[in-house]
Amino acid sequence: MEVDVLVVGAGPAGLSAAAELRRLGAGRVLVADREAAPGGVPRHSWHTGYGLRDLRRIMTGPAYARALAAAAAAAGARIRPGTTVTGWELGESGAGGAPGPRLALTMTSACGAETVHAAAVLLATGCRERPRAARLVPGDRPAGVMTTGELQQRVYLNGERLAGRALVVGAEHVSFSAMTTLAHAGADVVALVTSSARQQSYAAFRLAAAARWRVPVWTSTAVRRIDARADGAGRGGPGARARLAGVQVADCRTGAARFVQCDWVVFTGDWIPDHELARAAGLDIDPGTRGPAIDAALATSAPGVFAAGNLVHAAETADVAALSGRHAARSIAAALRAARRSAGAGEGAVPDADASAAAGGGPEPGVRIPVRAEPPLLWISPNVIRPAARETLPPRGRFVLRAGEFRRLARLEVRQDGRLLARSRPVRLIPARPVHLGAGWLPRVDPSGGPVSVFAP
Amino acid sequence: MPRTGPETVIYDVAVIGAGVVGTAIARTLARYELGCALIDASPDVGTGTSKANTAILHTGFDAKPGSLESRLLARGSVLLRDYAAAAGIPVERTGALLVAWTAGQLAALPGIAQNARKNGYLAVRELGAAALYEREPRLGPGALGALEIPDESVICPWTTPLAFAAEAAGAGARLLLDTKVTGAEHADGPCVLATTRGPVRSRWVVNAAGLGSDVVDRMFGGDGFTIRPRRGELIVFDKFARRLLRSILLPVPAARTKGVLVAPTVYGNVLLGPTAEDVGDRGDVATTAAGLGSLLGAGRRILPELAAEEVTATYAGLRAATEHSDYQIHVDAGRRYACAAGIRSTGLSASLGIAEHVVCGLAEAGLPLRPRAVPPAIPVMPYIGEAGPRPYRDAERIAADPAYGEIACHCERVTRGEIRDALAGPLPPTDLDGLRRRTRALNGRCQGFYCAATVSRLFAEFRGPRHGG
Repeated sequence: MEVDVLVVGAGPAGLSAAAELRRLGAGRVLVADREAAPGGVPRHSWHTGYGLRDLRRIMTGPAYARALAAAAAAAGARIRPGTTVTGWELGESGAGGAPGPRLALTMTSACGAETVHAAAVLLATGCRERPRAARLVPGDRPAGVMTTGELQQRVYLNGERLAGRALVVGAEHVSFSAMTTLAHAGADVVALVTSSARQQSYAAFRLAAAARWRVPVWTSTAVRRIDARADGAGRGGPGARARLAGVQVADCRTGAARFVQCDWVVFTGDWIPDHELARAAGLDIDPGTRGPAIDAALATSAPGVFAAGNLVHAAETADVAALSGRHAARSIAAALRAARRSAGAGEGAVPDADASAAAGGGPEPGVRIPVRAEPPLLWISPNVIRPAARETLPPRGRFVLRAGEFRRLARLEVRQDGRLLARSRPVRLIPARPVHLGAGWLPRVDPSGGPVSVFAP
Repeated sequence: MPRTGPETVIYDVAVIGAGVVGTAIARTLARYELGCALIDASPDVGTGTSKANTAILHTGFDAKPGSLESRLLARGSVLLRDYAAAAGIPVERTGALLVAWTAGQLAALPGIAQNARKNGYLAVRELGAAALYEREPRLGPGALGALEIPDESVICPWTTPLAFAAEAAGAGARLLLDTKVTGAEHADGPCVLATTRGPVRSRWVVNAAGLGSDVVDRMFGGDGFTIRPRRGELIVFDKFARRLLRSILLPVPAARTKGVLVAPTVYGNVLLGPTAEDVGDRGDVATTAAGLGSLLGAGRRILPELAAEEVTATYAGLRAATEHSDYQIHVDAGRRYACAAGIRSTGLSASLGIAEHVVCGLAEAGLPLRPRAVPPAIPVMPYIGEAGPRPYRDAERIAADPAYGEIACHCERVTRGEIRDALAGPLPPTDLDGLRRRTRALNGRCQGFYCAATVSRLFAEFRGPRHGG
């Protein structure tokens, strides 16, 4: 199969990108999604609040998913759900493990196993929550332990009821979402627990949780152990998996431990990008976001391969992911136009985000300067500066960062080789909440300098 | 299938324990004209020590020369290699490197090589530090040399007992699962086993009850050993870690165990473990903060880049150790009883050797063995390894049956067709854990974030309404 752009992932970023690509005349746009229906995570997130920044109206997750899919289809993009992009067929010129100039990817669906060729690929594969095992929470392995993603699908796609007591691990936006889902499913939510000194969502969410569902937030509280029921099998005998008995929690300050009886534990937040295809392609991976390293145009280290949405900033809200997708679409459309122009001039059809910039005789097009977030900052996105395309601004004209600590008034500093490029106005740092940094300092980056670092001194 | 009615037949042999050893014995007995029962307290085969181990097909190079374990391990590993090839059990001959990190360990290598030769394993070879780092460039700094054991392999521990049980069942053996043996009466006639599903009568009884084997042995008058469960915690790393190593990286053995190893798995992950801790509770397969912490520390030293990769799963298994160093295998002709116990950590590799040895012992004690005119066929199991072809990549297979193109578990790329097949197979899973062991569904890095709801729905759908949906 031949397309101009293959979009991997039909979540908010992928669908928004597909619609924008069609509007910009990018040609044949195929959106492949491995799930049975397009829409991504909003499909099974029934609370409202979706669409604010991108569609300028507020709706529930499923309505938002449908709206984005309808818009992409109406714009002429082809959406193929139930289709998994399984890997890259590396071309002969794909040196260093990177895909070659004409990108070829393998796909599997009920229609068969096939290869799709594309001039450009947008990775919009999103992110997931770290499960219990990845968080190294010790103890037994009973049933009843899950993530918000699993919870929402069980409740809203399968229609399952969850009786009994539930504990939510985490106290960020998604944790409150998990709480409401549990309440809808019939569970009695005991508490939200966080090892942080404070919850990390909006105060209104916490107050609503306390008032409407009478759910407290236990701060400075760590989950120490998962216990299975001793009467069941699995622990204390062979056989089918035991049910959850409860969780041992401990006060982070005093160490005092106690047992909380519950039937369900939901591990929320602690996002990690779904970077399997990015890593399979050998793309440069940013050590902070753990997604592909991307410049302001959302171009990765491989020509023709772009990345957007929560793959490059896990996790922002869906509307921010959608705007990131639109931004990538504009970069891809420009790259395709530039490639067509140079193909017309008798050169190879390599779509490259700075094909146009390179033509102007500026800095070396291949130079990529990394941008690093220094502790207590965890990551910054985008995280590459290309001196050849310094006039390109990041999505929404700014960088987004995450902090690992609470700070009331922090002034972010941008430095290159010790030289101060910018100092921000005071910002508030809250773990799991976005921090923004303007892009006005980009022209001050020395094209031949070292990595750029962002500090919160 | 487990049956609910009272057992009226008299079996020739009842095997207690459907782990890898019990199923191997049942499979070996099934080659003869015998009526066999395979009894297990659990609703599925291979749910004890057999499902939670290091998944290595050992050569037995490091066994104690002259021991029964040495002999049966050498024999069993050869038999299992051939059997796996025939049955489609995933095996990868990665080889192992026994890595010396101290001068003392380096000095121990020639002795270990000599020991291997005494065990009849001649292919060991010493490697200098340069050759070692050439083989494993990502090994942590400070390794001084290694012993190479080219035939050590990794194997699928789940498919193996399933294949044995399927072969036995295909030859007419009765699987009595969800059936716990609570006592035994030996009158003049056949032995009557009291079970949670009523009495089971059998002329001969084989004890392959693993962690419960001393309890069963006492029902037959034994008092020669006591199971002292030794817990091993393990960490499974993300498939992205697989590129970090080629071989199994073994430590030079300490007094009690083989120590912490790093090994590829046939599913494309990397395994780090096990710890070794004596526990009193025979069901205590919980992981601990201390255990996982010590493993991560060891992992960082052996393969520093492991620390940057995600952990996919953690688990613990119990080795059925006893106060004795060797296997506890004996046949009591008077009671028409055989015991295959104390098979600490080499049961998977030695299983077919143990089975052959036990069946010979039974024959010597008077069990008549008449080979079947048509020997039972070795079943061909669904291949769930990473090294061979998987349905999702097979265009012809998907064209013939689109269900193999519908990926349900994305991390492990398990299709709707494979889930359907598992539930339609001769030994269908009774729960989602059983489905995991047959298909790998739910075993991936997301641990159900994306797929648990879908896989649960498919499990219920293909299981059918007779199980209450």
